[in-house]
Amino acid sequence: MYVAVKGGEKAIRNAHKLMARDRRGDTSVPSLGLKQISEQLYLSVSRVMAEGSLFDAELAALGIKQSRGDLIEAAFLMRAYRTTLPRFGYSKPIDTAKMLIRRRISATYKDLPGGQLLGPTFDYTQRLLDFKLAADGEAPAPETQEFEKEEVVPRVTDLLNDEGLIEPDEPIAPDTPVGDITREPLTFPADRDLRLQNLARGDEGFLLALGYSTQRGFGRTHPFAGEIRLGEVEVDFFMEELGFEVPLGTMTVTECQMINQFQGSASAPPQFTRGYGLVPGQGERKVMAMALVDRSLRAEELGEEIDSPTQDQEFVLSHSDNVQATGFVEHLKLPHYVDFQSELELIRKVRKEWQEKREAAEQELVAEAAQ
Amino acid sequence: MTASSLKEQSPEIAARQSAMGILAKASAQDLAETWKNLSLEPNYTVIRPAEIGLVMVRGRAGGTGAPFNMCEATVTRCVIALDDGTTGFGQALGRDKQKVLQAALVDALWQQSEHRDLIETKVLQPLASTQEQAENETRAEVAATKVDFFTMVRGE
Repeated sequence: MYVAVKGGEKAIRNAHKLMARDRRGDTSVPSLGLKQISEQLYLSVSRVMAEGSLFDAELAALGIKQSRGDLIEAAFLMRAYRTTLPRFGYSKPIDTAKMLIRRRISATYKDLPGGQLLGPTFDYTQRLLDFKLAADGEAPAPETQEFEKEEVVPRVTDLLNDEGLIEPDEPIAPDTPVGDITREPLTFPADRDLRLQNLARGDEGFLLALGYSTQRGFGRTHPFAGEIRLGEVEVDFFMEELGFEVPLGTMTVTECQMINQFQGSASAPPQFTRGYGLVPGQGERKVMAMALVDRSLRAEELGEEIDSPTQDQEFVLSHSDNVQATGFVEHLKLPHYVDFQSELELIRKVRKEWQEKREAAEQELVAEAAQ
Repeated sequence: MTASSLKEQSPEIAARQSAMGILAKASAQDLAETWKNLSLEPNYTVIRPAEIGLVMVRGRAGGTGAPFNMCEATVTRCVIALDDGTTGFGQALGRDKQKVLQAALVDALWQQSEHRDLIETKVLQPLASTQEQAENETRAEVAATKVDFFTMVRGE
């Protein structure tokens, strides 16, 4: 039986009004400006851009304001907004070697060309709440130092490649098609291009937990942070009408090269293998986790035994998207009155049968005892 | 023919790309200001009105390997034509229609030999120098956070 139920419009309208009032909070406190969010909460903005899979700091700031700081809800708003826009095409792959570097560190080589550039980081802070920040929030001007104009900062992974100790990136034919999970649903087994796209927009918390599990022994990655870099890269786009590539400006990205032990196999000598992480904005924890998970998901390709959740691509890739996950988990709170009604009837019936069986068994016992 | 071989063939295209790069990178405010200082009011027709859309930005596995789709980015683009038929293209990351319209006008004027010098000196050079200055400032600030290792020698 299908029962159509109407009603609740007024309650919903009023609930949204109440939510808007609560979102605004105490009106004697100034309302948040989007610039305040994008300038002062940039790491939240970055997370929303990565998980919303849309690089636009102002939109992410609006999402954060609208969602009252619920970053998954904000990512959801970004995903919904992108569906309203036409797709112009695909960029040329960005070149992270040509980055304007704001941070670059390596945990594997102390004295590497270009040096260890700490940049703006929480590392080495003592994690003590700073009450001075609560009082005024003004920051001192940063120090500056002379730099070599022509200095190149090579990728760490290129440094040892002369010896062949680190696996090189596999050469690819120029016109190899690139999978796109926003156009085609994900199927398994998924190639690395699809896996990396999925991980780049995957939930930071989920990937962090999976990456952590590999370090604790569920998948044995034995990783070193070969290199982490943060900065601005140019985005180029091929314009059909012009017949050449045009620059679209620069975007902020964070990149991580994880280097992992590898015992070798029948076809490959013992060497270091690699996992890769790349996200829009500033997301260091996310790229590190992404690189760990990327490496674990290469288990099959490298001939490793698959016995841990993080090596199972269907498990990882099907559950990494927090917009999908929240949709399915949170739909449980929507009315299921009719579903539940039928379950209720079923359980009453089953209980009745159970009770009858029990009573019959009891009577049998009584009869046996009487004999 | 690939874009890079075109670039090698034509210094004209390379110069135009570099101009487009400066315009795309400029803040809307800086571009609006230099445009105003130019005091040119060319007649133009809009061929493609400023439109906001998406470009899927690609990275490469491992930095140099197979391309993959990292995330989309908002992009605005627009095409105009001057009275002599010269078309100008404006495009940049973000959602600023005024900025790409001005960029398209600058791109068109730059292609006219009678305006090129003016555009170079009054628009592109000032914008490029602002950008270079900001870049140098960033590099100087980052250089101050470069680690100087020193080794403590113990024993003899």
